[in-house]
Amino acid sequence: MNTRAITIEDVKSGEVTQAVYEHPFIIRLCHWVNAVSLFVMVGSGLQIFRAFPSFGAKIPQKDLINWPRSLALGGWLGGALQWHLTFMWIYIATGLLYVGYQVFSGNYKQVLFVRRNIPGLWPMVRHYFLFGPKPPVREAYNPLQKHAYTSAIVLGGLSVLTGVAIWKPVQFSWLAWLMGGFHWARLSHFLIMWALLAFVFGHLVMVVLHGWNNFVSMLTGWKKQPEYRLE
Amino acid sequence: MSSPTDSRKFKSINRRELLKLTPVLGLGAFAIPKLQVPLLNAGLGFSDWASAKLFRSGHLAPTFADSDLTPFARFPINDYDVDDPGIDLDKWTLTVTGAVQKPGDYTLAQIQELPKVRQNTRHVCVEGWDVIGRFGGARLADFLKAIGADTTARFVAVECADDYYESLDMAAATHLQTLLCYEMYDQPLTREHGAPLRLQIPTKIGYKQAKYLTHLKVTSVLQRVGYWEDQGYSEFYGL
Repeated sequence: MNTRAITIEDVKSGEVTQAVYEHPFIIRLCHWVNAVSLFVMVGSGLQIFRAFPSFGAKIPQKDLINWPRSLALGGWLGGALQWHLTFMWIYIATGLLYVGYQVFSGNYKQVLFVRRNIPGLWPMVRHYFLFGPKPPVREAYNPLQKHAYTSAIVLGGLSVLTGVAIWKPVQFSWLAWLMGGFHWARLSHFLIMWALLAFVFGHLVMVVLHGWNNFVSMLTGWKKQPEYRLE
Repeated sequence: MSSPTDSRKFKSINRRELLKLTPVLGLGAFAIPKLQVPLLNAGLGFSDWASAKLFRSGHLAPTFADSDLTPFARFPINDYDVDDPGIDLDKWTLTVTGAVQKPGDYTLAQIQELPKVRQNTRHVCVEGWDVIGRFGGARLADFLKAIGADTTARFVAVECADDYYESLDMAAATHLQTLLCYEMYDQPLTREHGAPLRLQIPTKIGYKQAKYLTHLKVTSVLQRVGYWEDQGYSEFYGL
């Protein structure tokens, strides 16, 4: 583990607490830039979708859903494409920077879901959803969190690959072909967005539940009084 | 473990770490109306630049079996104005100007003398739908050769009978699958599909594939790019 832990002595009360440096600067930077760019990509993507809100034929066209303009970004198809084609570069850049940093710094070890985390999944699910007992907290991320964050990164990668397949179905015809053609790539791109939104929803609920110190850790890197102790 | 840090020092460490994130606020520039338009134009321009770099002249768009074709009746008709701009097909000519050795008016018969190409390719609309159609016509590359076009010029610009206009980068114009299309599904182009002559470009988005062609110009300088492009859509939009 490359996590740095320090003890803090309160100047007034003399109380001693622990703080752990959980999130290196690059990770925090990528997190917040990505939060903005994901918001823009989803908003503009939904506006693009409004131009043809279907995954069937054009003739006859059967709309899947009449998505309201107020819940989309860009105002019109051309405007939404401008947002989408601008922020996709930011989205991709932060994704590459994030993954690159995690790999080269070794920081990925605290969050990457691996085989030995599998046994710990069910107790966490039981605790979160079925009022089961709380498993002991030993590190920054529990097995279910690792699973969620690792999945989100995989989904992020897939969102880019499916997006490239529908943006460049000729130059990357092999990519579109792998996804079953332009049509299926477009549907996949859409479904992956909802999967990412489901992750974001769960993530935000947990941020609220875990309180202030946890939230601040993504701003400053330091988490005061973590539930686990590092010696 | 080392000796405890006092809480004031910890606060200043935290403040410093928080301040490091201030560059993120730079994204707020996109929310400022005055900066938003130039920033998004720059983003779209960068995308177009990257698209041009990704384009490979020798790479062909996928072609499809006849059994994959979208039935002709279900091939959408997207026009921006009218389904039929009222061209007199008997008197129609394509007026060629610009950096060419043989400018002038070309008849459909002259264009049809060029080798005929038939291809089943995917037509992708910027709206998100796609169909597979069967197209026939002359390679634009062959026509450019026939008119003695300077292919070192940057663009081929076209104008249409319904006031629509478009332009193509020379790489796309000389691509093997780019057609001056006068047939769909082995029949002469119908009026709704752009009779007598339209562009068919499997490596470009739908709005680049102008119908009802009347003028063609080879040039390195564009006064205007295209009907949709000049309203804010991608200028390159290669697939």
